[in-house]
Amino acid sequence: MRRGARDGVVEARGLSVRFGGVAALDAVDFTLADRELRCLIGPNGAGKSTFFKCLTGVLRPSEGDIRIRGVDCVGAHPHRIAGLGVGIKTQVPSVMNGLSVRENIWIAARKRNSTREANRIVAETLERIGISDSAGEPVGNLAHGRRQLVEFGTVLAGDPWLILLDEPAAGLTAEEAERAVDIIVEMNDRAAIIVVEHDMHFIRQLAKTVTVLHQGRILTEGHVDSVLSDPLVRDVYLGKSQ
Amino acid sequence: MDLAAVVVYEILYTVAFLTLISAGLAIVFGMMRVINLAHGEFVLLGGYAAIVSHNTLGIDIFVSMLIVSPLVVAAFGVIAERLIIRFLYGRLINTMLATWGLSLAMIGGFTLIFGTTTTSIKAPFGGFEVGEFSLSGYNIFIIASAVGVILLIFGVLKFTRAGLIARGAMQDAGVASSFGYDTSKVYMVTFAAGSALTGLAGGVLAPLVGIGPTAGSLYIAKAFITVISGGASVVSGLIASSGFFGFVSQFVTFVTNSVVGEIGLLVAAVILLRLLPTGISGRFFRNRL
Amino acid sequence: MTARQTLTAVIVAAIVMFVLPVFFDVLNLTTFAAYALLALSLGFVWGYGGILCFGQTAFYGLGAYVYAMTAINTGEAWSGVFLAIVIPAAFAAVLGAMMFYGRLSDVYLAVVTLVVSLILFRFMNTTAGEQYIIGKARMGGYNGIPGYPTLHIPGDPEAYIYDENLYYFTFIVLVLCYLLTRWLLGSPFGRILVGLRENEQRIELLGYDVRARKTAAFAFGGALAGLAGCLYANAAEIVTPELFGLGLAAEIIIWVIVGGAGTLIGPMIGAAVLGYLKFVLGLRAIKEIFGKDNPLEAPLVFGTILILFILFLPRGVAPTVQGWLSRAPLGRGGPARGGQRRRTRTERARPNA
Repeated sequence: MRRGARDGVVEARGLSVRFGGVAALDAVDFTLADRELRCLIGPNGAGKSTFFKCLTGVLRPSEGDIRIRGVDCVGAHPHRIAGLGVGIKTQVPSVMNGLSVRENIWIAARKRNSTREANRIVAETLERIGISDSAGEPVGNLAHGRRQLVEFGTVLAGDPWLILLDEPAAGLTAEEAERAVDIIVEMNDRAAIIVVEHDMHFIRQLAKTVTVLHQGRILTEGHVDSVLSDPLVRDVYLGKSQ
Repeated sequence: MDLAAVVVYEILYTVAFLTLISAGLAIVFGMMRVINLAHGEFVLLGGYAAIVSHNTLGIDIFVSMLIVSPLVVAAFGVIAERLIIRFLYGRLINTMLATWGLSLAMIGGFTLIFGTTTTSIKAPFGGFEVGEFSLSGYNIFIIASAVGVILLIFGVLKFTRAGLIARGAMQDAGVASSFGYDTSKVYMVTFAAGSALTGLAGGVLAPLVGIGPTAGSLYIAKAFITVISGGASVVSGLIASSGFFGFVSQFVTFVTNSVVGEIGLLVAAVILLRLLPTGISGRFFRNRL
Repeated sequence: MTARQTLTAVIVAAIVMFVLPVFFDVLNLTTFAAYALLALSLGFVWGYGGILCFGQTAFYGLGAYVYAMTAINTGEAWSGVFLAIVIPAAFAAVLGAMMFYGRLSDVYLAVVTLVVSLILFRFMNTTAGEQYIIGKARMGGYNGIPGYPTLHIPGDPEAYIYDENLYYFTFIVLVLCYLLTRWLLGSPFGRILVGLRENEQRIELLGYDVRARKTAAFAFGGALAGLAGCLYANAAEIVTPELFGLGLAAEIIIWVIVGGAGTLIGPMIGAAVLGYLKFVLGLRAIKEIFGKDNPLEAPLVFGTILILFILFLPRGVAPTVQGWLSRAPLGRGGPARGGQRRRTRTERARPNA
């Protein structure tokens, strides 16, 4: 693996976000290598979502620097970040409910492709996420888990080289979660991925490097097995959730 | 010196005017997230009520303006709330549209009942002189009424149980119901209170402005921008934005003429909303009354 | 939109165009066609772009005034037609950019657009004085501008297009604009616009610049409304500040609500039918039936219609009929979920939520 400060696809240095007097993020340094799959975990209020929002341009950090493939992204508008080739999936399924599954994915595919090319990508993506049977249906009529899949589809169809996923397993059935794991692993062939998640089972299945956030700081970083057996992590995280 | 005093007096009057016509709308918007586009016609209804009560029924002018007008408009407000608005809570755009329909219907109703002519009522006070300028004494009454309205809203919100519930409802619509209050009833009472204040505005302004079926648009535009620009905090938002717009429009009026002053007010509103998309109080007085 | 659908639309439109004058006065029909174009502009901006503009009259009135003043100055019509499209579109682009780049949404947008048309209304009312002359054109204050050259055959300012021919011209322009809008909605721009209406955040996270797209859509709506104003000016032969007024602003909204936001044909039919209703209510014969206490005051009737539709049929007639016929070729992907969608947009607008 190529890793190091210089060739990371995402590099955050000294990232801080303060709301009033409270620091939601406190001088976080974070590097993600090309094609890396990283899980970001931590108890509620650890700063995961805040970090995610900084990366996606929804929130402007109070201090610090974010570079995505070397491009300065502090304060960049979300569409600029997405336009770099970053696929983003938010916590609440964000899909276009009134449009069909096909139309949802088409709009994603059309961003970087011609209409003809987009049509081809749509067919391919529908197949990949296994949702071809409801391609014509309005997304709003689908069950929650299926909608999550559609959102995966919109991310996939953009053929991103960096993917940011906020709680992709939320509300999924065990079966759907497995499917999501497969999709994420498959996407990882072509893209670096950051997964923000608190479902331990899901993270174990992904079985990669984990960064633990706690009170706005990075508590520890390492392979999922060693991190999850770390007593410190258990204290702040697992201890509370059990 | 005299001139300065006159200008200040005029500015105060304009601020008071804006405060009066906006107070009812501000309460309804602040607490219920409802924008009543029939607001201008509610003001007119208050005006008509005062005129009919005083001119036709011969009731004392102050009783007409301060009691009859608010009561009539509150009653009408409750009817409108029960028949139309309560079905649309949480659907801001739909309430705006439905109340716009109500506004048109009321214009038609006024025309039907009172005809298209503009009616008025005689002011109970005469004018007075400052140096070489003569001023309307009734304007002092308007300014006093506006101050009274602000104090009334502040007092009710701050010191009464109903005010506490209302403040809870302002923060989160679920609060009132989670404390065991009937949300529907809270909304109805709030709407009645907002309507009463609007009726009061119509009543006290009746001697100053002509009351005709289509005059409502004059009030709705001003009240609307005062409230929206003020933002979510009822009292501070109302004072801040009436103050701001009153000053801007009177100042421009003084430099040019009254029509340009009015246009200046509207332009200021557009610019202000562009700069402060959540209104003045959203920017400066968050989470205050 | 396929070639076949286009052909069907054109044939149906042609039949309607030739049948209507048998039953109605052509001057009225010309006016209704202009109204329909105005409704089409709001139907596009609101129903497909999700931009609730309360002040579509601003662009309509501007189109009418620009046409009248240009025609007076140049002595011919076509430069006026051109500017009556371009200037309202540019104005809409500037106003739209200001609002969308400033992240104004929903209520605030409604307020700003309404206020802008009120500003124009007030301003036009004050332009009676000698100083308000642009070139040879006096702006005329509340009396408006009469007596400008109307449409004529290009190159021959004496060969006026009037009466029946003006009606056919207006109707054909309406149909062309309808087809253009249809085409635009079928294009990638239109499809992404509809996605934007459904979920602005998603479109943004897919890398599209929402602000620029909304601005472009708003400008297109402004162009259509401006053209509608120009056509109206040709039918009425006088433009007055009333074109910017609150009354008309409300009426456009009612046309679209009644016809159905989320379709194009609905608002157009709504405009024509309600335009006719208003005409009938204004007839002396109707007024004389009731004498002085006429309960059919137009505002009363229209206000009641609006309230009833919001309460009982918020989706409007066309989408409802479409629901019955399920896949009738009225409008592609017609939002059978109109009411619901509007609600979710509203939810987002609630600062407390």
